[in-house]
This record gives sequence, C-alpha cells and structure tokens, in this order.
Amino acid sequence: MRYLSPHTINEAVAALADSDGDVKILAGGTDLLVQLRAGMKAPGLMLDVKRLPELRSINVEKNCFHIGAAVSGAEMGEHESLKGSWPGVVEAMELIGSTQIQGRATPGGNLCNASPAADSVPAMVAAGAICTVVGSEGSRDLAVEDVGISPGQTSLGRDEFVVDFRLPERPPHSGDAYLRFIPRTEMDIAVVGAGVNVVLGDDGVCVDARVSLGAVAPRVLLVPDAANELIGRKLNDEVLEKLDAACRAACRPIDDKRGTVEYRTQVSGVLARRAAVIAFERAGEK
Amino acid sequence: MTTNGNGLRWVGKRPVRPDGVDKVTGRAQFGADFTLPGMIVGKVLRSPHAHANIRSIKTEKAQALPGVKAVITAADFPELPSEIEQAGEVVLNFRDMSRNVMARQKALYDGHAVAAVAATSIEIAERALDLIEVDYEVLPHVIDVVEAMEADAPLLHDDLYTMGVEPTPDKPSNVAKRVEFSIGDLNAGFEMAEVVVEREFTTKPVHQGYIEPHAAVASASEDGLCHIWCTTQGQFMVRYYVSRLLGLEVSKLRVTPSEIGGGFGGKTVVYLEPVALALSMKCHRPVKMVMSREEVFRASGPTSGAHVWVKMGATKDGRITAGEAVLKYQAGAVPGAPIGPGCMCAFAPYDLDNVKVVGFDVVTNRPKVAAYRAPGAPISEFGVESVVDELAKKLGMDAIAFREKNAAREGTHAAYGPTFGEIGYTETLRVAKEHPHYQAPLGPNQGRGVASGFWFNIGGASTAALNVNEDGTTTLISGCPDIGGSRASLSMMAAEVLGIDVEQVRPTIADTGSIGYSFLTGGSRVTFATGMAVIEAANDVVRQLRERAAKIWEIDVEAVVWENGEAKPSGSNAGDFEPLSLSSIAATAGKTGGPITGHVSLNAQGAGPAFGTHICDVEVDRETGRVTVLRYTAIQDAGKAIHPSYVEGQIQGGAVQGIGWALNEEYIYDEDGRLENPGFLDYRIPVASDVPMIDAVIVEVPNPKHPYGVRGVGEVPICPPMSAVANAVANATGLRMADLPISPPKLLAAITNGG
Ligand SMILES: Cc1cc2nc3c(=O)[nH]c(=O)nc-3n(C[C@H](O)[C@H](O)[C@H](O)COP(=O)(O)OP(=O)(O)OC[C@H]3O[C@@H](n4cnc5c(N)ncnc54)[C@H](O)[C@@H]3O)c2cc1C
Repeated sequence: MRYLSPHTINEAVAALADSDGDVKILAGGTDLLVQLRAGMKAPGLMLDVKRLPELRSINVEKNCFHIGAAVSGAEMGEHESLKGSWPGVVEAMELIGSTQIQGRATPGGNLCNASPAADSVPAMVAAGAICTVVGSEGSRDLAVEDVGISPGQTSLGRDEFVVDFRLPERPPHSGDAYLRFIPRTEMDIAVVGAGVNVVLGDDGVCVDARVSLGAVAPRVLLVPDAANELIGRKLNDEVLEKLDAACRAACRPIDDKRGTVEYRTQVSGVLARRAAVIAFERAGEK
Repeated sequence: MTTNGNGLRWVGKRPVRPDGVDKVTGRAQFGADFTLPGMIVGKVLRSPHAHANIRSIKTEKAQALPGVKAVITAADFPELPSEIEQAGEVVLNFRDMSRNVMARQKALYDGHAVAAVAATSIEIAERALDLIEVDYEVLPHVIDVVEAMEADAPLLHDDLYTMGVEPTPDKPSNVAKRVEFSIGDLNAGFEMAEVVVEREFTTKPVHQGYIEPHAAVASASEDGLCHIWCTTQGQFMVRYYVSRLLGLEVSKLRVTPSEIGGGFGGKTVVYLEPVALALSMKCHRPVKMVMSREEVFRASGPTSGAHVWVKMGATKDGRITAGEAVLKYQAGAVPGAPIGPGCMCAFAPYDLDNVKVVGFDVVTNRPKVAAYRAPGAPISEFGVESVVDELAKKLGMDAIAFREKNAAREGTHAAYGPTFGEIGYTETLRVAKEHPHYQAPLGPNQGRGVASGFWFNIGGASTAALNVNEDGTTTLISGCPDIGGSRASLSMMAAEVLGIDVEQVRPTIADTGSIGYSFLTGGSRVTFATGMAVIEAANDVVRQLRERAAKIWEIDVEAVVWENGEAKPSGSNAGDFEPLSLSSIAATAGKTGGPITGHVSLNAQGAGPAFGTHICDVEVDRETGRVTVLRYTAIQDAGKAIHPSYVEGQIQGGAVQGIGWALNEEYIYDEDGRLENPGFLDYRIPVASDVPMIDAVIVEVPNPKHPYGVRGVGEVPICPPMSAVANAVANATGLRMADLPISPPKLLAAITNGG
C-alpha cells in the first residue's frame, strides 16, 4: 500500500487519475482506518488530503461560510461565529464520537463514508450546504443530499473529491438544529437523526424551511413535504403534528440490529418535532 | 499512626493501592504485553456456522505456506472420555471443555474454534487460516432456550440425556440437567395466600465485557517442560485444565499470571491457553495468541440467557406464604449453565416456609457460558424481585416494609438448605429506608424502584507467604490474581497484624511454581480466604519474631509481646529491655535462627453470605422509550470493608454492569445464527455518561468466621439492578417490563400499545 500526501489540489487530482480507482482518500481516518483494520478495504493508494490548504480552513466569503472538507469536528466546535450562525451544523458534527475522535473526524469524511446514519449530513442537508467537488474534469457544485446514494456509495467520480462545504447566506431570524436518537448518551450510531433549518419573518411566520432525516432510508433524506408543513406557519401543536406525520411518511427504513422499521419511523417524527422547536427558538432569538 | 477507634490501624483505611502507579503509567504488563525471544504468533480459524458437521479439515496448504510453523486441529488434542468430575472446587467435564476449546466433529456455534496456526507474522498466520479447507455440513441450529427444549429442536449432542429425571430419558435432548428442590407444602402455601402474582420473564445472555481480551504466550521445550504466561483469574486453574486437556503431568507446566484487565468470572476458564501450548508443542517456539474483541464476543462465555417463571403468594398483612419458580438457563454449546446457584439464590433473601424451584440446564448454538459475577443469581433474582415489587404494590405496602416483613435473618432456615448465621439483610433495608434518596421527590415521568440481592460468597483453598526482608520490610505472596484490589486489602491485613506501615508490605502475585496451590479469584473469595491465609501467616511471623526477641533477651517467649511493630517484655517482671523493632530483629535474623518467613495453606470455611438493597430512579421518555437512570444508591453488607474504596468500586461496578444488563445489552443473531454485534459499538455496555454517580453505602455486619469480619463483596451488587431498574420503570409508566433488555424500541412499543 502506498501513501501520498500532496500539497496542491492539482497534484491530488493527478494522483487520483493515475490510480485506476484503487485508491482511498484519507481525511481523519476515523472511518477508513477502522475499515482497513477490519479487512473491509485494502486500497493500493492512500491519498491523504489533510495537507491541502483549501480543505483545511473555515472562511467567510460574501457572507457565506466555507468549511474545508478536512476541517476537524473540534475545529468547527471552536469556531465561534460559525457556531453562532449554524449551531445545528456544528452540534451535529460535534456529536461524532468522543473527544479523541473529534480531533480527527471531518465533515468530508462523514459525508463521503456515505453512511445513512452520519450525524453531520442531515444537518448539512437541512442547512442547504453545497459541496465543491474537484476532479480531472475540473470543479463542480453538488448539493450535499446528492452525494451519498446508498450505504458506502457516493455519486462522486473515481477521480473526484470534496473540497469544501458552502453554507448559504444567513438572513435574520434563522435557526437550525439537529437531534439524533442513540440508546446510549455517546459513542453510538444514530438510530434516527433529524435536522431542521428555518428562516422566520418578523412576525414569527416561517418563510423558508428545510427538513432532513438520517438513518431512515438508504441515504440521508431531504423531506420537502415536511418543510412545507412549516413554511407559511407559526409553530404550534397542530403544525408539529403535521411535521411529525410528514416525516413518518417519508421514512423508508430497514429492520436491523440498531432499530426496527416501526421504531425508526415513529421516532423520526418525534425528533423532527423536537428539532423544529429548537430551530424556531433559535431563529426567534436573532 | 492513629487507630480507627476500634483498635485497628489499617483495616478500614484507604491507602493508595500498591499496583496503582504501574497501572496509571502504563508500566503494568497485561496479557498481550508479554514477549519472549523467538516468539511467533498463533491465530484461530473459527466456524462461520452456528451448527455444522465437520466432514474434513485439510491443512496441507496452510502447512506448506512459508513462515507457518504449526497447524493444529482437534486431532492434536487427546480424545477425553465424557466424565463429570470434581476438579478442585468445581464440577467439570473435560471432554466438553476440550470440545469447546477446539471443535471435534461438530462446530456448535458461530465463532467455535476449528483449527489454529502458528506463524512468524500475523499476516502469514491470517493467510494460512484462509488456506485451511474445512468441509462443513451445515445443520439446523437453535439459539433460543425455550425452542431448544422443544421435542423437535435441532439436537446439539446425540449422546446428551437429561440428568436428574427418573427414569433417565431414552432419547437424547438439549436439556442436560433438571434440578429441583422444595421445602414445606407449596399448595398449602398458595391456599393461604390472599394475593398471588405469577409472571414470565426473559433475560438475554450478557458478556462480562472485561476491557482486556484473552491473551496467552505458551512455550514448550524439547524436554517436555512447558510454561504459559496469560491473563487469567487463576494460574492454578489454567495449569490443571491445560494439563488435563493436553495430557501433561501437572508438574511439567508452569503458569504465570499477568496483570489482569478485568474478568468478572469470564477468565475462570481456558480458551487460548491450551491452543497456544498445543501449537508450541508442535514447533517448540513460544507462541503468542491474543483475541480480537470480535473473537471475545463470538467465542468466549457470556452468562446465560434465560426464561424464568415465578409465582408468589402473600397474605393481606404482607407475609409471603409461598414461592415457586421454574428456571430455564442456556448453557451454550456444552452443558454447564449456572442453574444450581440460580435456583438456590432465587428466594434466598426471604424467610419462607413453602418453596419449590425447578431448573433446567439447556444447550444451544451459542458460545459456552462462563461465570459472570454471582453466576446464575441475577437472573432468578430479577424474576423474584420483580414479583416481590408487584406483590407489595397489590398489597398497598411500601416495597421496603414488605421486604422487611419477610426478610431472612439470623436463624432463618434458607430454602436452599442452610440456616443463616449473622447476616445483614435487614440492616441494608433499614439503611435504604432511612437514606435521603428514598424520600426524595420525583418529577413527571420519573419512577423509583427498589430491589435486593443475595450471593453466598465462597472460601476455599488459598496459600499465602510472608517473608521478612533483611531490612525489616516484608514481601507478601499470594496465589490469586488481583482483580479487585486484593493486593491492597491483603497488605493491609498483614500490616495490621504485624503492626507496621502498609508501605512496608510489598505484595506480589506468584506463578504456580512459586507458591502453594490457590483456588482461582472468584466467588468473592480472595479478601476473605486468602486474607485468612495472610492473617495466619502474619501471626506465624509474629510468633517467630517474639521467639527471636526472647532468644536475644534470654527470657521465655511467653514473656514477650508484640505491639505496634515491636517486641516488648510483657511486663516489669519479664525483665527490663528496650523494645526490639521488626527491622532490628530482621537485621540479626541470621544469627538468631535464619530467615523469618510465614507460609500458610488453608481451606477457608465460613464465608459470609451477603445481601444488598438498591434504590434506582429513572426517567422515561414516553416518545422514544429511552430510560435514563437519574439516581442510584446501592447499599450492601460487606461484613467489614478492609479498604472501603475498593468495596465501593465493586459495588459501583456491579451496579453499572447490572444497569447495562437491564437496559441495553444483548446478543443479536441473524437467521443463520451468526452474531451480528460482536463489538462494543452495538453490544451496548453503558458508557460513563450513561450512568449517574453510584452512591455506594457500606453496611458492616461482621462475618464471625473471619478475624476482621470480611464477607465477599464482588458479586452481590450485580444481583439487584435489573429488577431495581424494571421496578422503577414500572413505577414511572405502570408497565411491567418482564423481558430484558428494556431497550427503547421495546419500551416504546409497550407504551404505544398500552401505556
Ligand atoms: C469511536 C468512533 C465513534 C464514531 N462516532 C460517530 C458518530 O457519533 N456519528 C457519526 O456520524 N460518525 C461517527 N463515527 C464515524 C466517523 O468518525 C465519522 O464518519 C467521521 O466524520 C469520518 O471522518 P474522517 O475524516 O475520519 O473520515 P475518513 O475515515 O478519513 O474517511 C471516510 C470516508 O470518506 C472518504 N473521504 C474522506 N474525505 C473525503 C473527501 N474530502 N472527498 C471524498 N472522499 C473523502 C474516505 O475515502 C473514506 O471512504 C465514529 C467513528 C469512531 C471510530
């Protein structure tokens, strides 16, 4: 197995193009190294992207946050203005693993590992984040919800990787939240996750919303029907009930060792409601 | 140095543990840390099938791989007759043990060892495993205990006939044994009852979850002398079992225990040790084997999962008139579920006239169970303590008052046989009732549960040696691996008797060639039994020290007393001499008769039965089914806490393991009988943030059979938590959760369907 740690995106793209697909991108390694040890993967080349400056910083450009794909969870958690604008995205990222894992785990890795239960992904989808993807053909934009397509599979080309996440401009009265259910309090994989992002008018009526669910389908879901229950309304029990029902209707989960179909479906609505309450509260405070 | 007011200097204090610095600095050598020159690595090939005939195993290709030094299968182990024998203090069938260590003819569970290789690197060993060709005939399997008992269940062993049934059945079955005991007149008891509760429960097998996986290095030389270094709860157990499994003379095998990273009963058996030695015997290179966590889950023993039926009746004024239970315990692949203790402990906390308990030991296609803290007891006690709670509720009585009314006391004739001497059950109930926790207010969706627990504790064979060094410091040698802080407690008892600073006692755990036989660390016996040997050895050293002083002073030994670490004349008429310290006597020991050493082997009798009572508060999230443990108080009679911190540690650890058993731990099998969650990610033992600080309250009702009053403390605390949690959930929701674990999906379904 070879290991490369390029300093420029061009070098990285060239190495990818040369590798005939027998390659894995290495960010924090908290998924990949575990899979390597378990004998699930044995790539001929490990391409470490942590030396690429574009992937390693958090910037604000034209009032929008750009989060490098290989920024660690801990770095996101320490970024006060990012946390202020996108508490849901940051909290979702910070839920990953433990203190040790936080020093390594990245949003790019979380997304490209393509687990439907990845915690930061529903929050990013709800946020409306767009990825910059580069490859031999140049660079393109891809909505986060279009990256993971099934467990372990992404829509990225063999020579492509994610450079950063761009979050939309944040109008006043906006807020987001992400909640997951795990049987323990930490060090576990989401049985269900729900991200809600809202923008309110001055009167508290929701003018824009995105709702996303994790671990209830082969990929993270954007649920427009659920968002539509929020848009044009103020939050009340009836709206929450409809949000709950819309989320349950969108679920296509499986029975597995981490949860049953019934359980995941039922709890998706519960978490969406609870996340919506937090997102509205946050939006109302700004 | 002050004494405790009871004349004791060390017993009851909290000195720093002698093994502490090595552990926190990473110096301590655990099983996997040991290496030898020329050492190679061993790996096990495991069955991917839950149940299969092994038609053939071809090892030629593996053998031919460069770097492979040895390949073994069951053919390399002597074929042993099926005989149940008393081996030391446990009953065993070495044929069954041999089959568990290496499958013969049949693979009996997913993960069952079928072959092993030793090679110069892990990579080569793993490649060699891939080259071994096993021809399996896959058979129908059975995982569940109740299904395994059905007449048409897949049969694990065609020569297994139920013991304990008259006449012996003429057809084999998966039921290895039926046990029954009763006292009084059950029907009369239930006739007297004005309230009866009857309920079925199920519990899942749960793993001990020790953080250190099994590991061993074995070396066999050309002259037949063998040595094993391993992580174990008993070096003498390993020596005997491996000798029997490989047909060695006991004296040819020496076993050195490493520092141990948890056992909880799970290291009272052998897995890798005989395999590593068999490999080494073939190639005469030291062979190291370390299990992965996945192997620990797939192939080492959890405790039984079970089906439990309990019926109890009481009069309106709160007297229990009858108790009946039927217990069906999974043994795993070969017989040997802890059904005996499960039956005996079920009703032990109560003073009952009419009791009947029937138990079954049932084989299933799972790893063979191993001991786990109070083996068998937590399962039956979960059923009984849940029913006791329900009875109290039906009677409108306080859960503690109801227990007090029926509690076993000194003189109670226990249903399982003995008459209790001085025991502390009612003390734990009194302390529980008076604890601020029991009165604290509860919020919405919160509930409180109480449950009690019982375990016998054991004594048994122990050896201890105490050597006085040239400078008056001492070396204390024990034959029992220290899992729970026993080096600290043993040193403290030695220092107490000698009247010296505990720092002057350096404890070590010796290998089988360096100390007399000692039964393993288990049954909460070491501080009690090895402690007795230490106290006797220290008393013997004191006797010798007095003799030496008498010799120096040229007076009668009866005229010399030992006080505060010094020899003194017993009174003015004995003579007027300056006291002689331990160090000054040690310095001249060569001239006064040679080295001073104490050495005691004994079979400790009179272990003190112990009881605990736990109070648990939970909050239930009615929308997700999550149970959060808010507050937990565990009260236990320790007899005498030699080192209270380590007693508290035992109580806290047991409570947390029990909470895991109650709420989330379970083995998940797929349709083919393959374990789906062989790792800590999906086998959910509690993490630190899952549990509140466990408030451990020590009650001391001394065991009259021990010089300081010690009872065992390691096992009782895992008995009450399952019912304490379930009773709290019942209090919060009105729902009686009878199937463990009370996991969120199960509780949410119950709430949705009926709450
Ligand atoms: C103990 C532990 C606890 C965990 N807990 C959680 C948890 O609570 N929630 C959760 O969601 N996850 C959890 N994880 C999984 C993991 O930590 C996260 O998915 C993490 O975000 C992965 O990031 P990474 O940088 O380490 O990824 P890596 O392991 O480096 O990469 C993961 C995958 O993404 C690919 N990849 C990485 N970066 C890029 C890129 N820029 N472009 C294209 N492909 C890329 C890699 O090739 C690989 O296939 C846990 C893992 C461990 C070991």
